[in-house]
Amino acid sequence: MTATPRRSAAPGVLERVATNVSDTLVMAQRNLMRYVRLPRLLVFSSIQPIMFVILFAYVFGGAIRTPGVNYINYLIPGILIQTVLFGATQTTTGLADDLSKGIVDRFRSLPMARGAVLAGRTLADGLLRNLFIVGLMLAVGAIIGFRFEGSVAQALAAIGVVALFGFAFSWISALIGLLAKDPETAQVAGFIWVFPLVFASSAFVPVQTMPHWLRAFANVQPISVTVNGVRFLTSGGAAPGVAAADVWQALLWAAAILLVFMPLAILQYRRAV
Amino acid sequence: MTDIAIHVEGVRKAFGSVQALDGVSLQAEQGRVFGLLGPNGAGKTTLVRILTTLLLPDEGRATVLGHDVRTQREGLRPLIGLAGQYAAVDENLTGRENLVMVGRLYHLGRREARRRADEVLERFDLAHAAGRPAKTFSGGMRRRLDLAASLVGRPEVLFLDEPTTGLDPRSRRTMWALIRELVEEGTTLLLTTQYLEEADELADRIAVVDHGRVIAEGTSDELKARLARDYVEVGVERPETFDAALAALRDVTDEEIQAEREALRISLPAVHGARDLLDAVRRLDAADVELADIGLRRPSLDEVFLALTGHEDAPSSPGAPGQDGRAEERREEVTA
Repeated sequence: MTATPRRSAAPGVLERVATNVSDTLVMAQRNLMRYVRLPRLLVFSSIQPIMFVILFAYVFGGAIRTPGVNYINYLIPGILIQTVLFGATQTTTGLADDLSKGIVDRFRSLPMARGAVLAGRTLADGLLRNLFIVGLMLAVGAIIGFRFEGSVAQALAAIGVVALFGFAFSWISALIGLLAKDPETAQVAGFIWVFPLVFASSAFVPVQTMPHWLRAFANVQPISVTVNGVRFLTSGGAAPGVAAADVWQALLWAAAILLVFMPLAILQYRRAV
Repeated sequence: MTDIAIHVEGVRKAFGSVQALDGVSLQAEQGRVFGLLGPNGAGKTTLVRILTTLLLPDEGRATVLGHDVRTQREGLRPLIGLAGQYAAVDENLTGRENLVMVGRLYHLGRREARRRADEVLERFDLAHAAGRPAKTFSGGMRRRLDLAASLVGRPEVLFLDEPTTGLDPRSRRTMWALIRELVEEGTTLLLTTQYLEEADELADRIAVVDHGRVIAEGTSDELKARLARDYVEVGVERPETFDAALAALRDVTDEEIQAEREALRISLPAVHGARDLLDAVRRLDAADVELADIGLRRPSLDEVFLALTGHEDAPSSPGAPGQDGRAEERREEVTA
């Protein structure tokens, strides 16, 4: 032995948790600074969902029949979920960018918590940034006629479900970013899996008009379930075809996704690169 | 005897069918500079990545400060610093923010991290730019910031992977001066380079790496001495005295003499070093040969390298290999 480590070799559980939290916050702060230094990133990622609202509300909306509920109220929960999903894909490109520039090498050589690079990224992109965009979408929705029809608690619960769902999906995005390795691949790979999920769902149109086989998929997949859950909460339970069970199922989906993809992404981070 | 800081024994690492490291063994002493010299794709970066816990070796054993890179990574990480081929800093953060972030990740307290950041900024002559985003920095400044970041945690062993590749000569000199200072303070340093001049300038010991193997090791003087002898080089002033000079020098040595008549230059192996030089001076003087120049020369490391590797894509003088070389090595070693 030629030297003794300066810090204790086996930190206690509490110390480990504290380290994890502190490292994650440092990384989240770093990722949020990106939006401060590059405000255009936030501006452009806000414009896209606004265009979706306008596109669906005024272009397609007139042709879409949603019995029992006006289309704007039907649309906004779908838009919220679509927005956080698209937002989560920035985790893919951001991580791939870090990998290709070598900064992840630096992080990996530091005595920091292993999961903090990913957790900081998903916390910043998947949760905090998404919450900002959700607020913006609700404001845009309010302008074109969207109204919460339930209680305040239900409205807050709706936002909570959306945020949790976006956070869970950003872990899938993180895994894809780690697998893609370079930003160009990540750009493409980050989006392709989101499209069919979002559009073959109840986000923008009632699934009843879809062909039988597609409807079978659309009815059970997590986006539909979550959108239905959010719709239940924003309508105060009044929207047709949705139930409180959708909310619980949505929470289960989010938990399941986190349970599967968090360890997978961390494993990939530690292993590959 | 000094302690051994880095101990590598029979390390092998393959990426698919590419054998990046093919049984590397070496020992680096504490407080010294160990240079890994080799062309692109020789395996230098792979070894650095293994020693800094970024990669696991397929076979063999490596310890840094007594910590096994395979089983004691967590204990090792607080003790090492890494500055890579890339200036691995966050472009959107300012110089100071980058360093404070790294300090926080070394688990210095908030205030201590700030204090330490200012300290290294001052030292690396970056204080004036500390508040600017790193993307506005010049190449040399970025590299200094990267080196600064690797020092925030006061590492005992520092790994520098091609610290001056792609830098202009002036920035390179600045980096060299900074690196020398660190070594004077007792930091152990492992440096990879494709520049012979850099290895010669900075490293106490050099391992020449090619195709994933160490093909020679020693001080730069030892390497030169082992592979090529000193020689006396003579420049003759007037063409008509060239033959006289050649005749006079024949008496100095029985070894083969090289004569370049057009250039008026003669070189002969100096088996006895300075004694042969003196002998040559006396005999040339006695033969009335007017000299333009005479001296005892050591072979350059370039010649040594060529003799060792036997191929031309050897390291060369600084500035020659550019961005492409770096990108190539990285691709080969990381994604292959």
